[in-house]
Amino acid sequence: MTTTPTTAIPNALKVNPAAKRLDRIAKNVIFGISLVSISIILLILIFTFKEAQDVFFDAHVRKEVLPTLIGTNWQPVSDSPKYGIIPLFIGTIKTTLIAMVIAVPIGVLSALYSVMFAPKWIKEVLKPSVELVAGLPSVVIGFFALVVLSGWLQALTGSAFRLNALVGGVAISLTAIPIIFTISEEALSAVPQSMKEASYALGATEWETAFYVVLPAAYPGIFASILLGLGRAVGETLIVLMATGNAAISSWSLLDSTRTLTATIGAEMAEVVFGDPHYNVLFLIGTFLFIFSMILNLIAEFYVKAKLLKKFRGG
Amino acid sequence: MQRLRYAYIIVFTLLFGSCAVEEERPITIRGSDTMVAIGQKWAEVYMQQFPEATIQVNGGGSGTGISALINGIADICQSSRPMKKRERDIIKQKYGCEVIEIPVAKDGIVIYVHESNPLSEISIEQMKAIYTGKIRNWKELGWEDQAIVIYGRENSSGTYEFFKKRILDGADFDAHVQTLSGTGAIANAVAQDKYAIGYGGIAYSRGIKFLAAKATNDSPAVPASELTIADNTYPVSRDLYFYLVKEPQGRTRAFIDWVLSDEGQSLAIAEGYFPIRPIKSLRPETASTK
Repeated sequence: MTTTPTTAIPNALKVNPAAKRLDRIAKNVIFGISLVSISIILLILIFTFKEAQDVFFDAHVRKEVLPTLIGTNWQPVSDSPKYGIIPLFIGTIKTTLIAMVIAVPIGVLSALYSVMFAPKWIKEVLKPSVELVAGLPSVVIGFFALVVLSGWLQALTGSAFRLNALVGGVAISLTAIPIIFTISEEALSAVPQSMKEASYALGATEWETAFYVVLPAAYPGIFASILLGLGRAVGETLIVLMATGNAAISSWSLLDSTRTLTATIGAEMAEVVFGDPHYNVLFLIGTFLFIFSMILNLIAEFYVKAKLLKKFRGG
Repeated sequence: MQRLRYAYIIVFTLLFGSCAVEEERPITIRGSDTMVAIGQKWAEVYMQQFPEATIQVNGGGSGTGISALINGIADICQSSRPMKKRERDIIKQKYGCEVIEIPVAKDGIVIYVHESNPLSEISIEQMKAIYTGKIRNWKELGWEDQAIVIYGRENSSGTYEFFKKRILDGADFDAHVQTLSGTGAIANAVAQDKYAIGYGGIAYSRGIKFLAAKATNDSPAVPASELTIADNTYPVSRDLYFYLVKEPQGRTRAFIDWVLSDEGQSLAIAEGYFPIRPIKSLRPETASTK
């Protein structure tokens, strides 16, 4: 009775040593590759910080930059350079807010529609086409915004300036919508069938189930999708560079031209004198953006994971 | 033993590698985006005539070119602005000699407005008032009561600095100036905005027209053209430069001499720039104003 299994098991375990070695090598190689990507990020981080730190630690740079840094005047190329970053922050906040106001409802609601209501064939068209938008290079969206969208929005709003924060924001929303849609859709699909069935069993209509049961249950995932969309909107460079006019004005009007943090780096880095205070300030802006997106990602990662686990495992 | 063999291999690679590089080392030119087109044209025609020469031309901007020159990545830096004192000092420190500056062509800054704009000329003072924010409305220039939509270049561009120095007298641009990258982008934007004004090189775009420039409010208006720019009567023109860190020799010298010859200069005209001196132009009258 015991003969067959006892002989079979050692045979199965007797692995070819060459194969074993190969296994180990493959494991190490893959581990090494994953280390490479982490170390690249780390090196970028160190480099960015290193180039930015002169703003605070180099006496000469500090003297030139700090008095004007928290100001409203961005004139880095000047006889008396002024590095006021407030208009740039306002620009980023304006375009990002516009983008999110448009992208969040569209992204989340169309994901809800796709998961809860859409017939199969619509779903099969909707998902790939939204993902196709995600594949559009931002230079194409930027060009579209510059040439077409700006004209439409000017006709619609009657604004004096054709290129303004609104055009940039609307164009950025095109990049944020696919992210929000895709991740929300995943989160909504992951809501257990049993929850929906329980809701129907209690007499809720489809609409009530979608809004009061599925949507809240998927809330952590949707929240994560919004954060990631926000990160994309803040980081978007080319579109705002092309579509907002890039005037560094401290104005909250959506119809004024605006200059964002990213566009400033994108436009000015190419020509800045290496090691100049201006150069350091651009890296400081880069550091701000880096920290901001890191915080967003950390929140998305930890907060959302903790919530999700509590909701579906603990409950 | 093993290690020694590796060392041999490395030494040999280095030796032969460097020999090969020395042999076919191309002339590397980097710098101003304004000058990329003309630089590439010069390189192309020159290489056709002298097939043994290899010339690489890259853009990136005057500042990029200058830092490439400083770091020894480029042999020649094309710059649409004169080098700054800070940059000259760095070169002096690093190479122990003054940087060599060679004006190779001229560029005129042209002022564009929408074709429906009734203005035909503008003075430098008026331009200054517009770009520093003192004049914000076309009414003040005798047109409709409409806000002026002001376009300019990014502060990374040589054109920006030239305009700032020559027209604004070094004053800061108004914050409301919208910045775009490139002459073409500004020309297109002006063509789409009825109430816009912009500046840049001679650009051909439907829907815009060039304003003649006046040095002062009372002086005569001069239209931008090959002649007026080459003989310095057009008030807003600038030199375009080659920069080198050492006296050009051999192939580099031959190339630069050729660029400065009548042949090189007439290529500049063909590319929409202007010769550094009035040459017996291949084209007698001003074809480039229209």
